[in-house]
Amino acid sequence: MTLQFNNETFRDDYSFHNSQRAIDRFPFPFHEDSYMYAVNMEQHQGGPADSVYEKRFDVDEHYVAEMADRAKVLDDDPLRCQSLPHMALAGWDLLELIMVSKSEDYPDLFELHREGHKWHWINKPLGIEDHFTFMDDTTLPYAPMEYITRQTQGDFCVLDQRKDNLWMDAGMVTTQADWSLDFDIGMNFFEWHAPVPLAHEKGIFKRALKFLLNIRQGAPARRLNWTMTVNPLLDTSPENYHKWGIQKTTLTPENIGAKQHLRVELQTFFRLPRSNALVFPIRCYLMSFQDIVTKPKWGRRLNRVVRDLPEELATYKGFIENRPMMLEYLSQFDDGLPTSFGVWPDEDITPLLQR
Amino acid sequence: MTANAPNSTAPKTLGADKLYVRVSAISSLNALVTRFEFQRVDGVNFPPFSGGAHTVVEMMDGEKKRLNPYSLMSDPTDLRTYAISVRRDDQGRGGSLFMHRKVKVGDEMVLSYPMNLFALDLRARKHLFVAGGIGITPFLAQIKQLEATGGNWELHYSCRSPDLGSYVDELTGHYPHSTTIYYDDEKQFIDLDNLLDGQPVGTHLYVCGPKGMIDWVRNTATASGWPLAHVHHEEFLAPQPGKPFAVRLNKSGLTLEVGAHESLLEAIERLGVDAPYLCRGGACGQCETDVLDSDGTFLHRDHWLEDDEKNSGEKIMPCVSRFEGKTLVLNR
Ligand code: HEM
Ligand code: FES
Repeated sequence: MTLQFNNETFRDDYSFHNSQRAIDRFPFPFHEDSYMYAVNMEQHQGGPADSVYEKRFDVDEHYVAEMADRAKVLDDDPLRCQSLPHMALAGWDLLELIMVSKSEDYPDLFELHREGHKWHWINKPLGIEDHFTFMDDTTLPYAPMEYITRQTQGDFCVLDQRKDNLWMDAGMVTTQADWSLDFDIGMNFFEWHAPVPLAHEKGIFKRALKFLLNIRQGAPARRLNWTMTVNPLLDTSPENYHKWGIQKTTLTPENIGAKQHLRVELQTFFRLPRSNALVFPIRCYLMSFQDIVTKPKWGRRLNRVVRDLPEELATYKGFIENRPMMLEYLSQFDDGLPTSFGVWPDEDITPLLQR
Repeated sequence: MTANAPNSTAPKTLGADKLYVRVSAISSLNALVTRFEFQRVDGVNFPPFSGGAHTVVEMMDGEKKRLNPYSLMSDPTDLRTYAISVRRDDQGRGGSLFMHRKVKVGDEMVLSYPMNLFALDLRARKHLFVAGGIGITPFLAQIKQLEATGGNWELHYSCRSPDLGSYVDELTGHYPHSTTIYYDDEKQFIDLDNLLDGQPVGTHLYVCGPKGMIDWVRNTATASGWPLAHVHHEEFLAPQPGKPFAVRLNKSGLTLEVGAHESLLEAIERLGVDAPYLCRGGACGQCETDVLDSDGTFLHRDHWLEDDEKNSGEKIMPCVSRFEGKTLVLNR
């Protein structure tokens, strides 16, 4: 399969769009008609063919455009990429993990040739080719973490593990759902999760941390998280809230199907071998409501989840004001029929509005 | 709850990936310690690892499967080979004796992926290592790692006698200025108070050795005002033999007898019940199991549960802990 990369933007004219293939493989996050926080983790060892779970680092039609958007964000605000001095080794670990994974998983797009510490990397979609010495920073145009994450979709938190905790000591964060690396840098697992409602009381973070501390080399894990974004914006950072927060007031019943996006994060966890750090890639998938409801099961279910979501969560996720308008739109696609268990769309049922 | 991928090839247990290896060299270092080297059966390199990591070695001893953790002590930058050093323990449950007596060059074995519960704190300006006996092994890989990345370290290594000083020659030969050796039978002892007193700000202290040594180093460091966050220890707990006891597994509906020389975890595995584990040494927390009912005394030996959890009678770590009494029902 050869990938076609979209010519599109995540800002200004928002020409971002999903192809039919992207819609079919969208990681719809709800396996039942309601949602509550849980320790929802599973192994990240492949998945159904062509799903976003299949490869270690999914590369899709948005790759080239997302990397261009990341470069723009970094031009405006270099603090989106930070690494405390002791995280240098973890940076090389991450570069190795991504280069090895991508060259094995997408041999037509990426090549890695290694002779001892002399490495040769070819990234065809971005037109990059570099010869460098593994573990020698001076041989790359950027530090290794920055170099490789400028070429990989998704945000990256690199966590140091010590004192039975994880510490956000490095990262590349340009596509985040309203949190800031510059604010969280140096914090531990409980500190950076402090703003999240209800989950602390349920003991979710305590159990999640235990799980993460034990993630082992060769046995990565994954989970999904989700929120809502008006317009297909990747950079919904607190730093730029003044630019995107106001867009939430531009929704109308006429434009909501096109403008309102479900934002799903495929979060994965890999142990980094040399540094014993943990890397947490957060891969963002955006899909408009009007594309979601082309899958009848997803349309019905999204209506029910949004309708019944506890107020604390709708507030934290920033869509409490727009919830009535969302429900007005989504309820058109919910005929009250039962839905099957699991996240996959049932293709054999015709969408309501096309009947 | 999850991505919920049907047809997912995901294995059930954490860290299910195994390394299939062949024993490539065996060398006796002294009367007690033997070094084993492994290469992968498929001929490719081993995964990289960090200094301080261990691997769990699977031993097929007749009908019995033994799983013992050993520190990886080879050079983390040379991934053609993994090496471990095994100290013969004549009183133990037989894993080390199996390695010493039965394993031959060319044998095929299975290792777990590396796992590190004794990692370097990479923020340290200086790493101060205190080793006792076979406790030297994790430091050998850490020293190689620090040498490769320009780290600053110093080793104080105490052994019973020159005969039993594993790797002493290699250490004093390569790093004469960073290594100090102490022999018990020559009445040489580490002057810990002075040693700790003279360290620059930002030093981290690591100790690995017998329990008595770990307690002594930790207590001395605390008494001289070291923050415990700067004091790291690795204590390899081997499960201890004990009296046999009976257990009922609620979910699987099985009742079993834990033998004197096997751990509760091993007994559960023997029945084919899938039970999680990583370290098999009471440190990682992975095997934590809920107790549904009990009448008797728990012999908690792990470093994982808090004291109140141990006293509650509601949790047990089956990799190292045992039980004496009438009834024990586990949620497994
Ligand atoms: C080490 C890896 C992880 C990192 C770096 C991370 C980071 C974050 C950050 C930065 C936030 C935003 C907090 C804010 O509002 O400022 C967040 C939210 C959250 N995290 Fe994590 N997290 C990690 C792992 C986990 C895990 C394993 C769970 C499992 C339950 C989890 C559950 C949550 C939840 C429920 C939220 C609220 C999300 C929402 O409702 O949109 N996190 N996380
Ligand atoms: S397996 Fe690690 S504590 Fe039991």
